[in-house]
Amino acid sequence: MKCGIIVFPGSNCDHDVYHVLSHVLGQETTFLWHQETSLEGCELVVLPGGFSYGDYLRAGSMAAHSPIMAAVRRHAEVGGRVLGICNGFQMLLETGLLPGAMRRNRDLRFLSVDVHLRVERDDLPWCSGYRRGDVLRMPIAHAEGNYVDTEVALDELERRGQVVFRYVDAAGRLEPAANLNGSERAIAGICNAGGNVLGLMPHPERCAEEMLGNRDGLGLLAGAVAAGGGRVGALAAAGG
Amino acid sequence: MTSQDHRFVARVLVYPRAEVLDPQGRAIEDALGRIGFDGVRRIRAGKSFEVALEAEDERQATEAVDRMCRQLLANPIVEDYTVEWVSE
Repeated sequence: MKCGIIVFPGSNCDHDVYHVLSHVLGQETTFLWHQETSLEGCELVVLPGGFSYGDYLRAGSMAAHSPIMAAVRRHAEVGGRVLGICNGFQMLLETGLLPGAMRRNRDLRFLSVDVHLRVERDDLPWCSGYRRGDVLRMPIAHAEGNYVDTEVALDELERRGQVVFRYVDAAGRLEPAANLNGSERAIAGICNAGGNVLGLMPHPERCAEEMLGNRDGLGLLAGAVAAGGGRVGALAAAGG
Repeated sequence: MTSQDHRFVARVLVYPRAEVLDPQGRAIEDALGRIGFDGVRRIRAGKSFEVALEAEDERQATEAVDRMCRQLLANPIVEDYTVEWVSE
């Protein structure tokens, strides 16, 4: 599957995602500059982590108005897959492709630490490598990951099953202490109603290889490309 | 050329909505208490923007700034905004 990673001024996880998609999963992958207006036929679009525009105004708010975002919006609206990781998730919220907003972390600290996530959906392509209830370990690295929306909107999100990942403890239990940034309902990742747009704060691309000591994130990126008929590279398949 | 009459300056104030937890305001509140300021009831930490613009008239200027607020300057899910007009 042809994958496109959008590069904004201040993106810094673009090459990490490229590495996993291209070298680990064997997909045709290209970078797309934010000033472009075409996705060049990419089927999977990734908005990577980083600090686009220096997090000016609100994290992701400037990138949300980049020229290429019109194409990303059209892609999403016709069911194309869009994955937003960390700053990319913040962009999806700012564009309105996903509901809600981010506040600064509860304790006002930049958090760079491994967290545990519980998989809440396994009927989505993104999660085809996981089972519902699986507990994954993934790193987070953000200052504004404290997810919020109105109570009514949060209820609607839950009702539609759009919560894909929640912060939990190592045993998979919802504990306030495991929800480090203070997100409402411990939300770590959500999808749109159609399930084709996914945003999450943790970084699956930073834990997708055995040599990094953790490959819990590989399933997500493998799911992203396998779902559309892309063949997962032998290297990844061999590792399970 | 735009005459002086067509120049407007707006001061936009953006604050976290009352029902939204404002961790920054809370931290400042606590710090004020620690350094001896008793009686501080609440701090909301917000942002302000000065928008100098040209428009046909005050109504058009107001509409333009309102759109700016809704589309970029504020995030309506977590923030409220107010606009005041100031002289340059």
